[in-house]
Amino acid sequence: MRLAEHVYSTVSAIRGQLLFVEKVAEVRMGEVVRVRRPDGHEIEGEVLLISGDTVLVQLFGESRGLDTAATAVIFTDSIKQAPLAETMLHRMFDGSFRPIDGQPLFVPEAWAPASGFPINPSSRARPQEFIETGFATIDGLNTLVKGQKLPIFSCAGLPAREMVAAILKNARVTAAEGQSGSGFALVFVALGLTHHEYAFYLEAIRAMRSDYIAFINLADDPVVERLMAPRFGLAAAEYLAFGKGRDVLVVVTDMTNYCDALREVATAREELPGRRGYPGYLYSELASLYERAGRIKGRPGSITMLPVVTMPEDDITHPIPDLTGYITEGQIVLSRELHQRGIFPPVDVLPSLSRLMQQGIGPGRTREDHRAIANQLYRQYARGRDLRSLEVIVGREGMNEADRNHLDFARAFEEEFVHQAGDRRTVVQTLVAGLTLLQRFGFAVPA
Amino acid sequence: MEGRITGIAGPTVTLAMPGLKMYDRVLVGLARLFGEVIRLGPEGAVAQVYENTRGLGVGEPAISLGKPLTAKLGPGLLGAIYDGLQRPLPEVAAAAGPFILPGSQWPALEQERAWAFVATKQPGDKVAVGETYGYVEEDGTRHFLFADQAGAIAAMASGSATLNQPLVELADGGTLSAISEWPIRIPRPWRRKFSPTEPLITGQRVIDFLFPLARGGTAILPGGFGTGKTVLEQAIAKFAEVDIVVYVGCGERGNEMAEMLEEFTTLTDPWTGRTLMRRTIMVANTSNMPVAAREASIYTAVTMAEYYRDQGYHVLLLADSISRWAEALREISSALEEMPGEEGYPTYLASRLAGFFARAGVVETMSGKIGSLSMILSVSPPGGDLTEPTTQACLRAAGAFLMLDTGLAHRRHFPAINWFQSFSLYDHEMTGYFGKEVDPAWAALKRQAQTLLQREEKLREVAEIVGAEGLQDLDHLVMHTAGRLRQEFLRQSTFEADAFSTPKLTFEKAARLLTQHATAEERLAKGDFLADILREMR
Repeated sequence: MRLAEHVYSTVSAIRGQLLFVEKVAEVRMGEVVRVRRPDGHEIEGEVLLISGDTVLVQLFGESRGLDTAATAVIFTDSIKQAPLAETMLHRMFDGSFRPIDGQPLFVPEAWAPASGFPINPSSRARPQEFIETGFATIDGLNTLVKGQKLPIFSCAGLPAREMVAAILKNARVTAAEGQSGSGFALVFVALGLTHHEYAFYLEAIRAMRSDYIAFINLADDPVVERLMAPRFGLAAAEYLAFGKGRDVLVVVTDMTNYCDALREVATAREELPGRRGYPGYLYSELASLYERAGRIKGRPGSITMLPVVTMPEDDITHPIPDLTGYITEGQIVLSRELHQRGIFPPVDVLPSLSRLMQQGIGPGRTREDHRAIANQLYRQYARGRDLRSLEVIVGREGMNEADRNHLDFARAFEEEFVHQAGDRRTVVQTLVAGLTLLQRFGFAVPA
Repeated sequence: MEGRITGIAGPTVTLAMPGLKMYDRVLVGLARLFGEVIRLGPEGAVAQVYENTRGLGVGEPAISLGKPLTAKLGPGLLGAIYDGLQRPLPEVAAAAGPFILPGSQWPALEQERAWAFVATKQPGDKVAVGETYGYVEEDGTRHFLFADQAGAIAAMASGSATLNQPLVELADGGTLSAISEWPIRIPRPWRRKFSPTEPLITGQRVIDFLFPLARGGTAILPGGFGTGKTVLEQAIAKFAEVDIVVYVGCGERGNEMAEMLEEFTTLTDPWTGRTLMRRTIMVANTSNMPVAAREASIYTAVTMAEYYRDQGYHVLLLADSISRWAEALREISSALEEMPGEEGYPTYLASRLAGFFARAGVVETMSGKIGSLSMILSVSPPGGDLTEPTTQACLRAAGAFLMLDTGLAHRRHFPAINWFQSFSLYDHEMTGYFGKEVDPAWAALKRQAQTLLQREEKLREVAEIVGAEGLQDLDHLVMHTAGRLRQEFLRQSTFEADAFSTPKLTFEKAARLLTQHATAEERLAKGDFLADILREMR
């Protein structure tokens, strides 16, 4: 422990955003460094690797203007920490936790390491309380519960953005008796946004009614900040959830940009590439973010995560959606076909799944008949979808009446239940809509 | 022995400390992080550190404990929840709060807890190494205690004793106590190893009937995400007919462990009626916990499993998932800058896995008892691709391959075990066993069921071309029965009473379906209408 800053001007090599510093004494892993350019401008960085007295520093910005002769490296003897206070709500920050809304930084009440600490598995409480998103396909058929991580698997060109905006606006926890948490808060983390998307989300943030905090990393911001932004977002979420007892919903878009940033940084570090060039530790890396969702026994508050993943080439076996699916508790899958038919949100309920749904629904949580309605909707819709391939071969005329009824049901289900342009449905409205639809086609819901 | 840190790369730390031996345990840094020496060379010793190295500094001290990583063994293991390094998670949480902070050391077993000790030897008797001298009752399991040194007994404790009290004083001044240690990477010894002869009844019809597992055998469960690996592993952990279950959550979800803990403390074991947790040891090293500890977790678990096997019990080790272990191995190997093999995995992946599988088996223990250790490991192949290195390495070593099928899972057919691709090498012996113990017709019935499923598959291909009308009545009947076999027999809900099926019930259910089929075939041959027959069968 040095408890003082040390300045070195022994930079021996600069490679991309990596800096090699020689003859450094007593440095720590993850230590924050400030790199002063010859013109006096400072960039932040972090110690990545130590080998004897040679230290490898990862810069959080461009290496433009650095040299090996006059550049000074200041080792701060501190680890990257997130400033925290409830006054950070209704504020917007960049990937380094600097305000971008024109106001000064709030006064921190506490500091916490951005990467957090793992929750002790025996301290976790089982997620079982319902969160309403306003979308029938999620609330009714793939219910989200507090403490869950449920990604949205999208494809390029599908309206994941509009879905996120609607969730930001509509999500709420139902205030049933005896549920944990006081107050709901949203943490919005946007990674690699284009300016067009940024303008769109600014609009969405203005329309929000809940408390929020936003971390915005633009496409032309430093790549390393893209790796930090979700960590800061989650550190803020942990503070609000487990420190202040709030139910926090963390929306991250888009994890594909995060993974590409990770690949870029890993390759620059000359690490061994794994599948499709992503580093072999992509799973652990994603888990270190996703697993920060959860609830803790004996404490109010919860962290729920809704990450958006854009599947490259619409391929669900691509490493990013694949590893995400292995960690998260289900997935919401968007369909290009539904989108082309003008259905919004274009959620394909068949491959979608919420693994924790069973816990979050039923009497005292949503409604007694929730499970029965959801099962019946799923079953009849799956049957209808199956029959569509038959319809292609034999034609509608070649099918019997019961099969035709199923076909009609599947269509009506998509157009009336899945589709909800602009309107927010409460879970009760969702269930009523489902029940009415089933009854119209003569499908009973077992009690 | 003391030294200093000279370098840090990811989970590995270079130490300047002469005199270290391979696999020695070290405490590094001011935070005293746990590590293990995995390489010695001119640049110093390299240790893999079982915690996040963030904040660790060069020049900080390191000390060697002079012995390898061990598991503590003794009464109190049952019902415990450990991390990959055998730290008791509930105790850590009670002391340090709900987050795991680096550098916390904790005794694996409660030293002060008193156990009722019953001696089976008397003062004056001689004990040999590995011989029983007494036992304690551990939550309904008789926990035998074995001598780790030979000698004549001078005095013995009686009644209640804690773990740090000696139970036996030997004439030469040595003492025996209920607690012992074993290096986790070294298999515990046995006298003889046998081929598995008894089935491991899982309560899952598709496994017990079509792909029976054996006590002392090994099986893998590969499947993409959403195919129900974890649910199946947990169902087997609940219902398998064994004495002790060791469950490793290896790099998987934290919420799943919470769910499992809650269920296991409330549900009862169908075989004994006791709370499930009383026969279970859990090792939870979730995906966000340090990778090096994930690498160690399966060895910690298998050592505890072997310890109960040595007491003459049937032990089942379940790990979910072994792929996450392999990834941890890859991560450490990559930090060591080793030459990578396929997909970046180290070339020793296959031999390490084979060595791990080899710790399963039916053995005659050092004290002459018969015990077994079975393993069922889930595999998470990236993108569901079974040609990847971990699945292939497991395939060569495992005795049964229960392939989980994404297509079945999408149709909500669970357990989603594919009945064409899966196999069990214990099939022949176990079918023979069931023929003797349950019904002589077991093997014939099974063949018949398999034939029906195969015929259904062929007929479906035909029907796709010629249309369902092109099939004959007999074919329709086959499709009908095969459909019922899938829906009513192979499919099994984990949430209802149906979750567990004894071999007898399994047999009866299959027999009922196939007898109906045979009757229908006869009637068809006599000229009855198919529509009538099917209607009456309902």
